[in-house]
Amino acid sequence: MTRAETGASLLSIRHLRKEYRPGQPVLKDVSLDFPSVGVTAIIGPSGTGKSTLIRCVNRLVTPTSGEILFEGQDMAKLSGSTLRLMRRRIGMVFQEYNLVDRLSVIENVLCGRLGYVAPWRAFMRRFPPEDIARAFDLIDAVGLSEEFATRRADALSGGQRQRVGIARAIMQQPALVLADEPTSSLDPKTSVEIMELLAEISTSRGVPIIVNIHNVELAKRFATRIIGMTGGAVVYDGPPGGLETAHLHQIYGGEDFL
Amino acid sequence: MSVPRVWQRFTLAERIARAILYVCVVIAVVWSIRTIEVIPEFLYDAPEQTADLFSRMWPFDWAFYPKAIHAALIETFHIATLGTLIAIVLALPLSFLAARNFVSNPLLNFVAQFIFVASRSVNSLIWALLFVAIFGPGALSGVLSIAFRSIGFVGKLFGEALEEAQVGPIEALTAAGAPRSMLLVKGYWPQVEPAFWSIALLRWDINIRESAVLGLVGAGGIGVALDAAMNNLYWDQVGLILAVIFAVVIVTEIVTSSIRSRIL
Amino acid sequence: MSVTRARPPAFPVNWPSRLAWIGLALYTLYATSILDLTWQRFVVGLGNGAKFLSRMFPPNLAADKLALISDGMIESIQIAVLATFFGVLLSLPLGLAAARNLAPGWLSWSARGLIAVFRSFHPVIVSILFVKAVGFGALAGILALIVSTMGFVAKLFAEVVEEMSPKPVEAVRATGANFLNLLVMAVMPQVTARFVGLSVYQLDSNLRNSTMVGIVGGGGIGAPLFTAYQRFDYDVVLTILIAIILLILLAEMVSGRIRRIFL
Repeated sequence: MTRAETGASLLSIRHLRKEYRPGQPVLKDVSLDFPSVGVTAIIGPSGTGKSTLIRCVNRLVTPTSGEILFEGQDMAKLSGSTLRLMRRRIGMVFQEYNLVDRLSVIENVLCGRLGYVAPWRAFMRRFPPEDIARAFDLIDAVGLSEEFATRRADALSGGQRQRVGIARAIMQQPALVLADEPTSSLDPKTSVEIMELLAEISTSRGVPIIVNIHNVELAKRFATRIIGMTGGAVVYDGPPGGLETAHLHQIYGGEDFL
Repeated sequence: MSVPRVWQRFTLAERIARAILYVCVVIAVVWSIRTIEVIPEFLYDAPEQTADLFSRMWPFDWAFYPKAIHAALIETFHIATLGTLIAIVLALPLSFLAARNFVSNPLLNFVAQFIFVASRSVNSLIWALLFVAIFGPGALSGVLSIAFRSIGFVGKLFGEALEEAQVGPIEALTAAGAPRSMLLVKGYWPQVEPAFWSIALLRWDINIRESAVLGLVGAGGIGVALDAAMNNLYWDQVGLILAVIFAVVIVTEIVTSSIRSRIL
Repeated sequence: MSVTRARPPAFPVNWPSRLAWIGLALYTLYATSILDLTWQRFVVGLGNGAKFLSRMFPPNLAADKLALISDGMIESIQIAVLATFFGVLLSLPLGLAAARNLAPGWLSWSARGLIAVFRSFHPVIVSILFVKAVGFGALAGILALIVSTMGFVAKLFAEVVEEMSPKPVEAVRATGANFLNLLVMAVMPQVTARFVGLSVYQLDSNLRNSTMVGIVGGGGIGAPLFTAYQRFDYDVVLTILIAIILLILLAEMVSGRIRRIFL
């Protein structure tokens, strides 16, 4: 809790605890701070609460106790419209892309503006022209050409869908991007491309990104900071270079996986 | 400065098709509202009339249940069930004729399809009118009207299930030299049996509801009691009959859904 | 050929199924006797039927009858159009309220209760009540069919909404979209095509039912049909029946077209 006292961080998690069933905590007293730059990778075995941690930040999951301070607000206590206003500031990328299949690529990207757009405009697809222009730019920026814009999302490959998912998150002009296992449904080559894209976006647009990831190699290669979790608690927090085999044993248990 | 890129949700043809459809809907609704005859005087006292209706219904005339409702209820149940059974017996052969993969004679296909459409277009209440004219009032007319209305429903759905049957097993049997009757028993039936039971149950469920009103035109069942009670303005009996029908329908729905989850 | 070890039968008898068939056969005999459905009655009836049919043919195509019938048919169509339009409109919120994955528990349960009540009464019974409440005429028929439309469309629409994928909904919720935007961009794309399909099917079904509500005073072709029937003008009855069948055939063709536009 060194950086916390200075109050300089963008996101501070304090004593976060989450129980889906009473008495069985998935997260036990997690406290973390995130500055407003860089890619942070959270690694750890399945079922260790990585996903729950990330979902607590934008309140797709409601924590049992603890504080999540983001831009001066405690996300854990918000509800209704104030929660929605804060969610607009946080983009999210999902493992299975979570695109609306029957909508076109550009409609999916424009979903990122739904926190700002009136329902009738969304219904008539009368998005502001500057939003549409930005959506085209983003489709370009994530490596899809403009001809993809009017294709339906279910006509794309996995890697292309994830690019659309990233464009949707960036479309929010977020202060923070959460990525929940963004590469777990992709083949190794595409996984590298997607992580490259996330790292590139983080530096070029100055957005901090928190990534849940299974693949330790990818985490070391693209993250500026690594958090190792096991059994609902943080056991490593530091630069990728400092992550030793001993840490990995502690995180994943046993040695066979190496 | 790049040229603003235009994006539209639909292609021109799609937009035209939708626009035409929307315009048609608007025209149909506006035309209907403007020309349909509604007598406004009747509307003003509608709330009073409704309140009056319900106040006359309660309390129910419970003594009426053993007197007239119970027997009529049993009759309704039998009408619905027998009607469904007869419909199935009549519809099954027709649906084989209608299935293009089983009978490849367009004329026979068409005849079967036409019987189904005729059966489904005429409402069970109107079928009941015809059968009451032929066989006189009573349960016989009710059973036949339920059966004739259901033939089209069962036959159409079961015929579609037959057409969706996988060709693989059929071809295997044909290759083994099986006669047509064996194709039916060992090739088609195992594939369509679940669909058959589900269609039969669905129609039975519907027929329980339908048979409750057949009595309004004299075709037997609880509708006869309802008609009599209404003509005599005994609204407390009407209320009781409606409550009984409601209860039976709910029970039927629970029974059919539990059978369906068990056998499917 | 030495051992006579008993093999399991290749085709084991499916006793539950066999019992069900036997039960149905016994029930048929029992119910037939209870309802007094005798062969003799049937044969007597067939004699009547021949007389009946001979009085039906040829269909009555006199100009005044045709004018009466076309008025009745048009009113039936109007009843069906209005009942479908307003019924479908009202089914949208009702179906959403009944969907357990979008609405809170108390709301979905009350919506489900309402739908169950709407569904359990036959449109004819509902029209009887509305005829008493708003008087004879088309309005009673429209209101009755609105009720049955809501019972059918809202129930199936709620099921469609419950079957949709929750993932896009979660993603759109995470962007900070409000509930209406969530409906527009995450829910509607997933359910619209099937909702249109349900509505079009219901238009068919309302057309059929609108020919019937007139029998109890709810307007449409049912009234002239019932009058002709009571006066033994069976040739007019036949003309009306032919008109109804043609209308339904036409409606089935049109509804196929509409569904294709929204696929």
